[in-house]
Amino acid sequence: MPTLKIDGLDVTVEPGTTVLEAAQFLGLEIPTLCHMDGLEPYGGCRLCLVEVGSGDKSRLVTSCTYPAEDGLTVRTNSKRVLRSRKMMVELLLSVCPSSRTIQDLASLMGVQKVRFKTRNDDCILCGRCVRMCKEQMDAGAIGFVNRGHKRKITTPFNMKSEVCRTCGGCIYVCPACNLRCQGPNAPGDVCGSCLSLQPTCTERFDDYMCYLGPTGNCGTCIKKEEN
Amino acid sequence: MKLVKTADDLDKLRKAVLAKRSPEKPVVSVCCGTGCRASNSAELKETLEKEIVKQNLKDKIEVKASGCHGFCEHGPIVVMSPKEIFYERVKLSDAEEIVRETVVKSNLIGRLQYIDPAGGERIKTENEVPFYKKQKRKILEKNRLIDPTNILDYVAVGGYEALKRALTGMKADEIIAEIKKSGLRGRGGAGFPTGFKWEFCKRAKGDIKYVICNADEGDPGAYMDRSVLEGNPHSVIEGMIIGAFAIGSNKGYVYVRNEYPLAVKNLTVALAQAREYGFLGKNILGSGFDFDIEIERGAGAFVCGEETALIASIEGKKGEPRQRPPFPATKGLWGKPTNINNVETWANVPLIINKGADWYSRIGTETSKGTKIFSLVGKVVNTGLVEVPMGATLREIIYDIGGGIKGDGEFKAVQTGGPSGGCIPKELLDLPIDYESLAKAGSIMGSGGMIVMDDSTCMVDVAKYFLNFLRDESCGKCLSCREGTQRMWEIVNNICEGKGKKGDLELLEELAVVVKDSSMCGLGQTASNPVLSTLRYFRHEYEAHIKEKKCPARVCKALITYSIDTDKCVGCLLCLKNCPQKAILGELKKPHKIEIEKCIRCGVCNEVCNVKAVLVS
Ligand SMILES: Cc1cc2nc3c(=O)[nH]c(=O)nc-3n(C[C@H](O)[C@H](O)[C@H](O)COP(=O)(O)O)c2cc1C
Ligand code: FES
Repeated sequence: MPTLKIDGLDVTVEPGTTVLEAAQFLGLEIPTLCHMDGLEPYGGCRLCLVEVGSGDKSRLVTSCTYPAEDGLTVRTNSKRVLRSRKMMVELLLSVCPSSRTIQDLASLMGVQKVRFKTRNDDCILCGRCVRMCKEQMDAGAIGFVNRGHKRKITTPFNMKSEVCRTCGGCIYVCPACNLRCQGPNAPGDVCGSCLSLQPTCTERFDDYMCYLGPTGNCGTCIKKEEN
Repeated sequence: MKLVKTADDLDKLRKAVLAKRSPEKPVVSVCCGTGCRASNSAELKETLEKEIVKQNLKDKIEVKASGCHGFCEHGPIVVMSPKEIFYERVKLSDAEEIVRETVVKSNLIGRLQYIDPAGGERIKTENEVPFYKKQKRKILEKNRLIDPTNILDYVAVGGYEALKRALTGMKADEIIAEIKKSGLRGRGGAGFPTGFKWEFCKRAKGDIKYVICNADEGDPGAYMDRSVLEGNPHSVIEGMIIGAFAIGSNKGYVYVRNEYPLAVKNLTVALAQAREYGFLGKNILGSGFDFDIEIERGAGAFVCGEETALIASIEGKKGEPRQRPPFPATKGLWGKPTNINNVETWANVPLIINKGADWYSRIGTETSKGTKIFSLVGKVVNTGLVEVPMGATLREIIYDIGGGIKGDGEFKAVQTGGPSGGCIPKELLDLPIDYESLAKAGSIMGSGGMIVMDDSTCMVDVAKYFLNFLRDESCGKCLSCREGTQRMWEIVNNICEGKGKKGDLELLEELAVVVKDSSMCGLGQTASNPVLSTLRYFRHEYEAHIKEKKCPARVCKALITYSIDTDKCVGCLLCLKNCPQKAILGELKKPHKIEIEKCIRCGVCNEVCNVKAVLVS
C-alpha cells in the first residue's frame, strides 16, 4: 500500500486512491469544483492543484486525478499552489461573477478583486453535468462543442435531445447556478467578509497547513520557528 | 517472386534491383513534393516524359518523380543524373530544351540554373547551392533520390537493411539499448529520450500494445513531417516496425491530418507495397514477428497533436487531452500500453540501427544528438526545409543557410517551436540549437518551426497573433488554458489598440506564469512562451505601446497615423486613386493630403507611392 507525505504528514492509502482522497482522509481541505464523488475525475477546474515532488523537479498537478504513489511528497498549500489557485478563482470569478459557489471560493481564498474584464457567462464548463448525464444517467444527451474560448455545453446540433429524459441530474450537480449574495458590492468585487479562512502561517511555511481550527493551534509553525 | 521472406531474400532483391539500374543511365528527377506540385511539377514530369518519347529517347532515359528537396521556393526542381545538374523554377515550356540540350548533350541552360545571390555565379549541382552546402542531411537526404511510390527505389538505396539487422540479428532489448545509447530524443516537441520511452512501454503490463506515429503537425508554417512522409514514407514505416518489434507490439497507427492528401496517398501506397513485399504482415523476414500499420486521418485540430488528445481522436472521441498520469506507455490507446513517437523520430531509427549508436551520438551536442529538420520561413532569403546537426547556431541557420535577411530590413528576432514557442532576439544569434539552450532562452524546440522576423515586426503584435491562435486552438477543457489564453489575448490586444494601462504588464506576466504552471497539457503549459519571451526581450516595446501610445515598429493600426511629406510628394494621384476610403485629397502635380478622420490605416498609399512620400508615425 502506498505511503505518501502530505503537508508533512505520512499517510498510507489503498492502491488506486487519488491524492485528493488521501488529503481528505487526513482532513486537509483542498478546494474542488469540477470534482464530484461518483463521477470520473476530470481535472478541468484546476482548483485542486497541489505541488508534488521537491526542489527543481517539483510541479503542480491536479490532486483529483493524481494517483497516490508510494514515496510521493505533496504540498497542498505552498505559495506556488496558492498563487495558481487564486488566479484560477479570479478567472472563474471574472466569467461567472454571480455564482454563489464561486464567490464563496473567492472568499475562502482571499480573492477580493477581479482584474479582468468581467463577463456574465452562466456556465464555467466544469463538465459535471456532462459526466453526470453520461456516467450516471447513461444518457449522454449533452456534451461539449467547439474549442477554446468558443467551447460550450449543448445537445448534439443544438437540437432538442431525443435521449434526454429530463431527469434534472445536470441541474442538480451544477456548481455554478447558485445565486450571488446580494451585498452592496460593485461588479467585480467580492466582500469576502463572510468566510475568510486563509491560514496566515502559509505565508511563511510552505510545507504545513494548520488544519486544526484557528491559526496557530497546531503549533507546527511555532516548532518550526524554534528550530 | 515478390515476397521477401528472409534476410537473404532482401539481399537478393536489392542485388536484382541494382543490376537492372545502370549508374550511367540518365535519370531526370522531377520534384513532386507538395511545394513543387503547387508550381506545376506533376505536369512538368508528364511533359518531360512526352518530350523524351518525341525525341525517340524512350528507353535511354528515365523520368522520375522524387520527394521534396526542401528548397520549395525555387520549385519546380529538376535534377539530372549522372551529372547531378540542378535546375530550378522550371516551366513546362522548358521541357523540350532540357531534353534536347541538357539530357542529350549535357549542355547547361543558364537561365534555369541557380544563381548564388552572394557571388552572382551560376551553380551547377544541388550540393553546391549554399542553401544545401551547410546542411547535414541525414533524414531528408533520400527524398531526392527515390520515388516515394516505388518501394524498390527505397530498397535500392539501402532501405529495410536496418529492419533486417534488427529482426534477424538483434534482440528486442539490444535494439532498445542501442536507441538509448544513441541519445535520440523525441522530435515532436518535448524531446523525451526515445529509448527510455520504448522501454517503459515494453515493461508495461499488457498483452496487446500499440505503436503510433504522430503526423499531426499542426504548427502553422511547419512541414518537415509532411515532407518526410510524402517523400520517404518507407523510412517511417521501417522505423515503426523496428520499434514495434522492440516493444512487443503487433499493431501500429499513423495519425496524419487529412489536410495532407499527398502524405496520405504516398503512405497508403507505401504501406500496400510494404505488405506486398512482406515487410508488413505475418512472420516478417522469418522472425516470427507480426506487425501491420493502419492510417488514421485527423480533422486538423492543433491540439490533436498532443498525445492523449490524439489517442482520444483515434478512439473516435472528441480530440481533447486528458490529465496524465497515467501516461500512454502504461495506459494509451484503448487503455493498452502505447508508444507514440513523431514522424521524424521514427525516421531516425533505421539510421541509428544501420550506422550504430556510436556514429549517431557523435552528431550533435552533449544532450541533444543527431540532426533536426527545421522549417525556415519568414524574412529570410532562402526559405525551406533545413536539416542541421543539433547544436548548430541560429546564425548559421539564418545567415549561412538562409542567406540572411530578405530585403533591406534588419534582423530582429526568430520565433522557434511553433505557435507556443518563444521569440529569440538578435543578441542570442549565436545560441546553439538544442533542447536545453532553447528552453533556457525562453523558447522550445517544438517540432522545428523557425520564423525569422525583421525590424518591421512589432513584437507585441506577434505575441497577439500567437495568442489568438492558441485561444482558438486550446481545447478548452481546463480553465487555466482556456480562460488564461483568452485573457492574455485580451490584455495584449488592448495594448495593441492603444488601450493599455498601468499594471497590464504585471498582470499579464503573473497570468502567464500561472498558465504555464497550472495547465493540463503541453498546449497550456507552453502557451505563455510567446508572451513571456517577448516581455523578456522586448519589454520596451510593450511599454512604448502603453506609456507613449506608440508602436515603434509602426504596425499596430490604432497607434499609427499616415501623412504625406509635401516636399517629396510629386502629386501623381496614385495614392489618391488607390485609397479605398477616398481619404486622400489633392490635384495633379500638387502635394496630396490625407484626411486623418477617414483613414483606416490600411497602408495602401504607402505601398503604391513611388517616391516614398507617405510618412507613418
Ligand atoms: C498542443 C500540442 C501539439 C502537439 N503537436 C504535435 C505534432 O503535431 N506532432 C508531434 O509529433 N508531436 C506533437 N506534440 C507532442 C506529442 O504530444 C508527443 O509528445 C510526441 O508526439 C511524442 O513523440 P516524440 O517523443 O517522438 O517527440 C504536441 C504536443 C502538444 C502539447
Ligand atoms: S516540394 Fe519540391 S522542394 Fe519541396
